[in-house]
Amino acid sequence: MAQSTAGTVTPIDKGGILRAGATAPNFTLHVTPDQTLTLSDLLGRPVILAFYPADWSPVCGDQMALYNEILPEFRSFGADLLGVSVDGAWCHAAFAETRHLHFPLLADFEPKGAVARQYGAYRAADGFCERALFVIDKNGIIAWSYCSPVAVNPGADGILQALEDLPK
Amino acid sequence: MATLKVPITSEDHAQGPENAEVTLVEYGDYECPYCGQAYPVVKQVQKQFGKRLRFVFRNFPLSEMHPHAEAAAEVAEFAGAQGKFWEMHDKLYENQERLGEALYLDLAEKLKLSTAALRQALEQRTFEARVRADFKGGIRSGVNGTPTFFINGHRHDGSFDFETLLSAIHQAIGTAKIA
Repeated sequence: MAQSTAGTVTPIDKGGILRAGATAPNFTLHVTPDQTLTLSDLLGRPVILAFYPADWSPVCGDQMALYNEILPEFRSFGADLLGVSVDGAWCHAAFAETRHLHFPLLADFEPKGAVARQYGAYRAADGFCERALFVIDKNGIIAWSYCSPVAVNPGADGILQALEDLPK
Repeated sequence: MATLKVPITSEDHAQGPENAEVTLVEYGDYECPYCGQAYPVVKQVQKQFGKRLRFVFRNFPLSEMHPHAEAAAEVAEFAGAQGKFWEMHDKLYENQERLGEALYLDLAEKLKLSTAALRQALEQRTFEARVRADFKGGIRSGVNGTPTFFINGHRHDGSFDFETLLSAIHQAIGTAKIA
């Protein structure tokens, strides 16, 4: 279902996530059952990539719901937000519809977690993504990244700071 | 650790003395069921600490998820502009399952506020900017859902049942004494 074509990748820091300065690995993933999205098509403006463990986390104001509320703030920086998990496109569609999400959720479904692995954001033992955030600048370079403990919603303060710090 | 980035000012809605040992800040949403659960817990905590605690409430409506949250926040701010924030805040939480215009007008009447002025404020979104400012400040402080509490400026990441909040506050007081 997914094809990933990595560019030049700076080595991952001791098994951690890709850091600032690394080229963001390009990818094409399903965004709906019959549509795909390619990272490089979005460049020219900043992209926020939010890997998260799974759809349907049972809390009010979970990470994706929070970002949904903050979209106007992200867009004021001209940034696109992409959520990524290993859930399939049908699952994402149901989740996005229920939560009224207004941004794409990408299915890193087959081969499972292939894109997350390229970003160092895959938990092989668990079989799902880390809660890892990347702000990618308009040229496709990672400007900021952060990996949160899986149980802790990282909020959006770091993302907004990173967007603010991007060269104009 | 996430810390409160927007200092508490006279613009904030606060209960308790300014120089209280502990300041508890809640970022809340009137339609969020967890905030509804936290409402009586906060009351209990306030009772427990009395004048040693100041409680501040800021708006964090998750309006995509909760269709009434934004309007309810604006209703509370409308009442606040007339010195009745806490009365309205309490009534909104106590009637959380009935949020909607009929309730707002009913509560305004009970609090002797002009229902015409309330209608106008809601239509003209008079308090939208205030609510949004709270929300944006919350994001900057690392609010990651509702309710989010800050105890003396530090985000409380534990649960918000009475015992947990109580011990977190005691801990904050202890730390404050050592420092």
